Amino acid sequence: MTAPKGQTSAESGAASLRIDFYPTHEHEQDGVTYRLRSGRPFPFGATLVPNGVNFSIYSSHASNCTLVLFDKGAPEPKAEIPFPEEFKIGDVFAMVVFDLDVETLEYGYRMDGPFDPARGLRFDPTKVLMDPYAKAVGGRDVWGEVPDWNDPFPHRSRLAFDDFDWEGDRPLQIPNEDLVVYEMHVRGFTKSASSGVRFPGTFAGLREKIPYLQALGVNCVELMPIFEFDEFEHSHTDPETGEVNHLNYWGYSTVNFFAPKSGYAATGRLGMQVDELKQLVKDLHKAGIEVMLDVVFNHTAEGDHRGPTISFRGLDNSVYYMLTPEGYYFNFSGTGNTLNCNHPVVRNMVLDCLRYWASEFHIDGFRFDLAAILGRAADGTPLSNPPLLEALAHDPILAKCKLVAEAWDAGGLYQVGSFPAYNRWAEWNGKYRDTVRRFIKGDEGVVADLATRIAGSPDLYSSRGATASINFVTAHDGFTLHDMVSYNDKHNEANGEDNRDGANDNNSWNHGVEGETSDEAILALRERQIKNAAVLLMTSQGVPMMLMGDEVGRTQHGNNNTYCHDNDLSWFDWSLTETNAGLLRFWQHLVALRHAHPVLRNRYHHSGFDYVGSGVPDLSWHGVRAWRPDWSPASRTLAFMLDGRHARGGTVTDDTLYVALNSSWEANGFELPTLPEGHAWYVAANTSMPSPHDIHAPGEEVRLSDQSHVLLGSRSAMILLGKPDSLSNDPQGD
Amino acid sequence: MDVSNETRQGVTVVTLDGDIDGKNAGTTQANVLPLIPQDGKLLLDMTKVGYMSSAGLRMLLLLYRQALGKGSSVALVGLSEEIRDTMSATGFLDHFKVASSVDEGVAALSS
Repeated sequence: MTAPKGQTSAESGAASLRIDFYPTHEHEQDGVTYRLRSGRPFPFGATLVPNGVNFSIYSSHASNCTLVLFDKGAPEPKAEIPFPEEFKIGDVFAMVVFDLDVETLEYGYRMDGPFDPARGLRFDPTKVLMDPYAKAVGGRDVWGEVPDWNDPFPHRSRLAFDDFDWEGDRPLQIPNEDLVVYEMHVRGFTKSASSGVRFPGTFAGLREKIPYLQALGVNCVELMPIFEFDEFEHSHTDPETGEVNHLNYWGYSTVNFFAPKSGYAATGRLGMQVDELKQLVKDLHKAGIEVMLDVVFNHTAEGDHRGPTISFRGLDNSVYYMLTPEGYYFNFSGTGNTLNCNHPVVRNMVLDCLRYWASEFHIDGFRFDLAAILGRAADGTPLSNPPLLEALAHDPILAKCKLVAEAWDAGGLYQVGSFPAYNRWAEWNGKYRDTVRRFIKGDEGVVADLATRIAGSPDLYSSRGATASINFVTAHDGFTLHDMVSYNDKHNEANGEDNRDGANDNNSWNHGVEGETSDEAILALRERQIKNAAVLLMTSQGVPMMLMGDEVGRTQHGNNNTYCHDNDLSWFDWSLTETNAGLLRFWQHLVALRHAHPVLRNRYHHSGFDYVGSGVPDLSWHGVRAWRPDWSPASRTLAFMLDGRHARGGTVTDDTLYVALNSSWEANGFELPTLPEGHAWYVAANTSMPSPHDIHAPGEEVRLSDQSHVLLGSRSAMILLGKPDSLSNDPQGD
Repeated sequence: MDVSNETRQGVTVVTLDGDIDGKNAGTTQANVLPLIPQDGKLLLDMTKVGYMSSAGLRMLLLLYRQALGKGSSVALVGLSEEIRDTMSATGFLDHFKVASSVDEGVAALSS
């Protein structure tokens, strides 16, 4: 390390006008001179500056740090530049290196310090560590390309251009109460050859299918993890064929929180995954569809003490992870380690990360995997006022982002309804899922609880309003909707754990035959039950979330935990859009009905009173007799009416909506509430009818001939609209 | 990277020859910028461009914006399948008129 001699190339261009980008040091290696100067500690990561790159990395326990530079893909580094002592400020090493080709650069760090696991320190200067703030990561550029297992630096930090042309796009800010969420897997959506897209299994492939999503009517896609992960984590190589199976297909194991998964980009080979994902977001926004990311901050891909050292473990183990007094890893995530989220530095990293995605990628919202962990202290104790959750709730940049918690973790902390929400967080409502499933399969004693769930779970969210409840019947975890009505038990043998993995309490029912059958009656009943679940989901207060493929009866053949199956078991089979066109049509019209009727989309819970003078309460409960719901344990019937004049707290006028539900094996007659003069009941949907008579497009509902009673078939649901009577204005008077 | 130019039927035809990456995108851009006509038509012939990195695509987009700013329309000709795929997947292609031959491009710009 010497002082520079005379003029440098940094004198050309803009930097020549700035003394703060003038080199002060040099590093010679293999005949190449690297010109340097002290860097800026903020922001962390690698940042483009005039004629150079500013590298900044934090470690509170390292004695010294070396910047390691590679040419893209090269096995050996081209330069190792120790940070001079004077380049360190506090616990941050910061240095500018001039004249680097950022397109072909890969970099990492060596951190030197004590290896003393009992004290929580695991420094190992033989390891080149990935920058946790890297905006792109190389090493898994193309999905499933078998890596060099001996590569000492398999996950390489890279830089990405941040000059995407957004052309005026910004997050859509759709009100929560208007959302219809579609949970999906980027690769699984279009990987099947049946998708017919040019770039299957990629962001670009998803972009080609935007018209399908628009036709379905969803206005928010929730993408299962898209942060860089290692699909080969815990994979098996078949000794006979050499084939690699049991990939980490879902990706709930983050390698880097700031980098989009390169293997999900058709252009990942070229390092353009950032542009490709931004283009997808931009086009989804153009189509009126928000983008929510499923984010996994509860643990990392480094596992426990037996796992790989990729980044955090070697940078500052005791800061980033929750450690036992003996220096082992707490395992509240069920995956080996737990990120120490409420440590101020880690908390800031999570904030930096989400701010980056919100501002740089225009992401509309985040769903937090096993979010209960984010409320735990360093020793695992649940905090009453977790600083991270509070900071997220009040963050200026995330102010308009949706924040959704999966309000439980693998350590037994279950916070549905009690998550530290700061009036800001919504939750995946697991109780909604369980109750709806139990009602549909005909369980007794469910009707009263079902009413509470339909109303937006006021028992759980009275202070937050109905939109705090993300209602779902199915999600990636568990059965698909088709399998929920086709299997009594999970069939996870293909996962290689003797069917021990996956949830056991599925509240599912096969309707007489386990799995596939050619029995027409059973098949018809199953399809009806799928539609019943759909009706409940789309007519409940709160935010409905559906699972990719449920609209066409996607099956996983009874497997309720397909995290490791990168094959037809997980991929969307697009031929189903034709085979089950009737079911798809039902969903499309049902989602359209939800969008057409604000009475279904209230931000706040109903009062049960009439406060606008319409003569009926905003929400009323009924049964086989009007105004007389049967709350008895043996009841399997329920009906409810949403008064149109009370829509959105009485601020808008809508049609009145009446839904009748019958989970009994017998048909049941329902007495209908009387409508005001000049109004009549029209059938919007009736799941006991075959397609296309099961549902009518908005505006094409069919007037009931008998306005006082309807007969509802066994295990069926019906939606009626009370609206101006077309016959009462008929001058012919017929 | 060589840059040459000619005028055909009132269209400025600029021919790029060589790969475009982070090392030469800046100089290529500096060479093409003065060739952009005012209120005219610009055709970039990329038949001889084998590889183009992200920096190359950004240079193209900047040239396109500059041309629009000068009231000129732009067409690209001779994109290799790989470059076309890259531009398609990342959305860069949405900005450009694309033609398969110089004659076709000239005709498209002249229409």
